[in-house]
Amino acid sequence: MTIEAIQEELIDEFSMFDDWMQRYEYMIDLGKSLPIIDENLKTDDKLIKGCQSKVWLNAELKDDKVVFTADSDAIITKGIIAILIRSFSGQTPEAILSANTDFIDEIGLKEHLSPTRANGLVSMIKQLKLYALAYQTQLKN
Amino acid sequence: MVFDVQKIRADFPILKRTVNGHPLVYLDNAATSQKPQVVIDAIVDYYSNYNSNIHRGVHTLSQEATDAYETARQKLQKHFNIQHAHEVIFTAGTTHGINLVANGFSEILKKGDEIIVSALEHHSNIVPWQMLCERTGAILKVIPMDVDGTLIFSEYEKLLSEKTKLVFVNHVSNALGTINPIEKIIEKAHEKGAAVLIDGAQACSHIKPDLQKLEVDFYVASAHKMCGPTGVGVLYMKESWGKTLPPYQGGGEMIKEVTFAKTTYADMPHKFEAGTPNICGGIAFGVAIDYLNRISFSAIETYEDSLLAYATEQLSAIEGLTIYGTGAAKTGVVSFNIDGIHPYDIGTIIDKLGIAVRTGHHCAQPIMDFYKIPGTVRASFAFYNTFEEIDVLVAAVIKAKQMLT
Repeated sequence: MTIEAIQEELIDEFSMFDDWMQRYEYMIDLGKSLPIIDENLKTDDKLIKGCQSKVWLNAELKDDKVVFTADSDAIITKGIIAILIRSFSGQTPEAILSANTDFIDEIGLKEHLSPTRANGLVSMIKQLKLYALAYQTQLKN
Repeated sequence: MVFDVQKIRADFPILKRTVNGHPLVYLDNAATSQKPQVVIDAIVDYYSNYNSNIHRGVHTLSQEATDAYETARQKLQKHFNIQHAHEVIFTAGTTHGINLVANGFSEILKKGDEIIVSALEHHSNIVPWQMLCERTGAILKVIPMDVDGTLIFSEYEKLLSEKTKLVFVNHVSNALGTINPIEKIIEKAHEKGAAVLIDGAQACSHIKPDLQKLEVDFYVASAHKMCGPTGVGVLYMKESWGKTLPPYQGGGEMIKEVTFAKTTYADMPHKFEAGTPNICGGIAFGVAIDYLNRISFSAIETYEDSLLAYATEQLSAIEGLTIYGTGAAKTGVVSFNIDGIHPYDIGTIIDKLGIAVRTGHHCAQPIMDFYKIPGTVRASFAFYNTFEEIDVLVAAVIKAKQMLT
């Protein structure tokens, strides 16, 4: 499935809810249901420091596709991470680099991706793309 | 005067707004207070009617602005019971005041001298002293705190010696709300000949300190936590220190005579007020002080204490909720966590319900390290908050807990 198709699917899922509380509950469930990263990978070098919640991000290249795993100590952050991982993980570096995150706005979670919000998510997206760029360079050589 | 909170709330236009479809419940007063209409009007009046640079014009506007600015200085003098108006130095805020003093001491301290700070400090009261120690070779000592968030006084007494040159303590902890025993802290420091700077940023919205009675050497505060504007604050400096300390910044206003061979500095306060100050901010600060005194600090203290007691009681009833900072002397702040839930998550959910609180380490990471927590949710109160707002907070925290567990 392409990143765009996955994002459309997420938009559909979230459109079922009438209010923010249901959307948040769903997002929290998505966060809870994923054992997103190996405990032994939650090391300081995988840590993306947001101001308040910690975010760990790991990337591996499998069959020329980038597989991301991640976690956070805050559950709402973890929910958004689950959404981002679903959208970007298992894709080619090129697809990740050219994708955008506008769908977050469409599912009514825009406030979490404001550059001034102290949750580390903006840094996380930057880091996702940096990994993709690194693997793209690696594959070319 | 009867304390009529609804009448007081009508003075604050922002309290009428809604956030995310709910009436705003503003419980982030320890970060900054809201502004009453009189303060907003004073700012508009200044820029509409007599905006001008001060202390250097012969024209009418300049004279009006200078008079208003100096009147504000006198209001601060009176409010803090300071002996001389020239001991009142306008700053850009508490952090600026602390740095001004720290910079002055960089020329006084010698290698091996000691500075004492408390474990309850805000970063702004730790970092300048660390920098000062790096520059001078002085040593930084820390008064430890107890699990209830109070300083261990006997440990402080052990740290004091003839080597102690400076003691820096906040009047009230911003993260926990603990009121520190500054009278005793100052007295013990003076017995050893050390100077004392008290950071009143968090205290001055709740307490009216008497600086002559305290006999403190330096006291700093910010207007924005006292219903005044941001970007302006006050540094009280005892007259004798005003002669000893070198100026912080060079510029206009702070000089007596300038030639390329030598400049002589003006007397305090101008020696420490280089450049065009925040004239409007200073004037509005004076208006805010008047406003608070019209309500009266005794009424504010009594009312806020009852709000704090109610909030503590109601929040404590939530299962799994821990309050940090449980000492007897406290003001204005309930800092808490719920088992297994990140403070950021609680803050995010209750913001959706219109409630403004602070989450995180509150610029006091050493305190969070002490409790081994990433941060807390901090609800902080002002005299314009109501008991009903605390009920809204408690209901929202319960809702957040349900959603997040």
